[in-house]
Amino acid sequence: MPLLELRNVSRHYGRLSAVDNVSLSIEAGEFFTLLGPSGCGKTTILRMIAGFDAPDTGQILLDGQDLADTPPERRPLHTVFQSYALFPHLSVAENIEFPLKMAQVAASERARRVRETLEAVSLSDKADAMPQQLSGGQQQRVALARALVNQPRLLLLDEPLAALDHKLREQMQMELIGLQRDLGITFVFVTHHQPEALALSHRIAVMNQGHVEQLDEPSKIYAAPRNRFVAHFIGDINLLDCTLLARENDQLRLAIPGLGEILAPAHTTAQPGQTGAFAIRPEQMLIGDPAQHRDLPNRRDGVVRELLYSGDVTTYKVELANGLHIQALLANVKPGLVQFFEVGDAVSVAWPADAGLFLDA
Amino acid sequence: MRSERLTRWLVTAPPLIFMLVFFVLPTLIVVAASFRYPGEYGGLAPLVPEGYTLETYRFFFSDVIYIEIFLKSLWVAALSTGLCILLAYPLALLITRLPKRWRDLMILLVVLPFASNFLIRIYAWMIILGPQNGFSLAVNTLLGFFGIEPVRLLFSPFAVIVGMVYVHLPFMVLPLYTNLERHDPAWLDAAQDLGANAWQRFWKVTWPLSLPGIYAGSALVFIPVLGMFAIPDILGGTGDILVGNLIKEQFLGTRDWPFGATLSLFLTLIVLAVAALAMRFSRKRLRHA
Repeated sequence: MPLLELRNVSRHYGRLSAVDNVSLSIEAGEFFTLLGPSGCGKTTILRMIAGFDAPDTGQILLDGQDLADTPPERRPLHTVFQSYALFPHLSVAENIEFPLKMAQVAASERARRVRETLEAVSLSDKADAMPQQLSGGQQQRVALARALVNQPRLLLLDEPLAALDHKLREQMQMELIGLQRDLGITFVFVTHHQPEALALSHRIAVMNQGHVEQLDEPSKIYAAPRNRFVAHFIGDINLLDCTLLARENDQLRLAIPGLGEILAPAHTTAQPGQTGAFAIRPEQMLIGDPAQHRDLPNRRDGVVRELLYSGDVTTYKVELANGLHIQALLANVKPGLVQFFEVGDAVSVAWPADAGLFLDA
Repeated sequence: MRSERLTRWLVTAPPLIFMLVFFVLPTLIVVAASFRYPGEYGGLAPLVPEGYTLETYRFFFSDVIYIEIFLKSLWVAALSTGLCILLAYPLALLITRLPKRWRDLMILLVVLPFASNFLIRIYAWMIILGPQNGFSLAVNTLLGFFGIEPVRLLFSPFAVIVGMVYVHLPFMVLPLYTNLERHDPAWLDAAQDLGANAWQRFWKVTWPLSLPGIYAGSALVFIPVLGMFAIPDILGGTGDILVGNLIKEQFLGTRDWPFGATLSLFLTLIVLAVAALAMRFSRKRLRHA
């Protein structure tokens, strides 16, 4: 039996459908992420699990029990709020002690658990500080400690890292992974930040306009997006409109207007004649001199129009013969030995036949 | 650098001089006057040959009635403050939960009484509490059902408290509202999420975080009530003398200015002590909030 189950859950605000017939099950011990742009319904789902909102139709079950009649304060799950919502009149230790007091845990036991949890988030020396004396990252850890201290069945995290700067964010991601692994508590994480979702999660539900577009492991979500929305939302990708001409063994022959025919791996059951998009990641594109990569079946000439140097990699925007733009990414592994290109350089872009995929939706 | 210092002086000097001339200086005059003899027809007796005396202080402590009046005034001020908290808290809480445009309207309504004259509003209570009027009749009819003798509402301690609370309620509502309005709704969500029921959410989160507002409002109610003489004069009975009335009486009635000065000096000291206490409390909380 899954730990948490959503069965055909819908929630409407007036005529707006915030959550539209969503079914999910989350297993115990999982790091599960709801990922999507703002307004996709992910926060509404989180608030319904916490009990601050209720589904119009459908059921939310925890350990097989319908939660409909359980108010938020009696649900064995806690939330880490986006704003942290630390109590400003209580010290760090008192904040963390709050849920234990509410659960009427004995004083000596409370002191022990607060101490242990402070240690787990490396804030032992800040026990008597007031929340507003702490940095953003420290406040974040207090919020985590407070939500974890009485070992909830489920921890809900509402964009908890959104307010942190990049470096701190990466560090907190590491800490979250470690905490979740060590404590074995199930995490339901909400974010619109896709690299974060890929880095943290066991499974991701990509949401759009109230429904789940794809539910999969991070590597599948990235490598095999099910449709244009997921492909576009996760990472950078080249999407080229095309028509499926034929299936040949385990390959598809695609026609791209103005670019002619290309080969793509046959991941889909789509039939010849179907229109769709050819999707390929910039890092799968090879970029070289016009003479290079002649051995690859998919190869086109073009001109570099823009480039974006980010240190570890450089992204080149290449204009192909038919006016289409394609992004290709080159890792700057050996400065000096790698061929750099300038804007205006004639180049060739190429990719192997087993790279990219055909999306029929 | 130099012009900056000059600007700072030009900005701070006028209010400083104002406070010096109209607060510090008069207070010193009052202190001096308390050690003088009264003049024959009010005012002060000439310094030569009368000189200074501790007579007024001896007089104050010679009769327990004066300390009693101070204690009674403190009690009335405390009671009025407490009642203001009880009435203002739910009101302020209610206003913060309204949509924004309704909130502004409600705050306008709270301060609207200031638009009419203070004395007129107090006289209006004379009419409301008058024995032949609806409110008195209703109360006494109700008491009659329980076999209790009719009571007189006007010219009673009850009327004084009603007047005090009525006049000072906005001074409690405004600082409380200002405080409560700044509370992050996420605090209550977090408290509920962490297992607090409605009662616990109020006492563990809303109430302690509203204490700075309570302290500010209490100072604004307690201090003026302590020195108030108009309301006891108009609504209180002849036996309902508070410090304010006593002081007024010394200057306008018995014309014993030195004793009046002594009384108002004591009043000032008490007010300063209360203000210091309120500041200390709210500062302690400010560290938190």
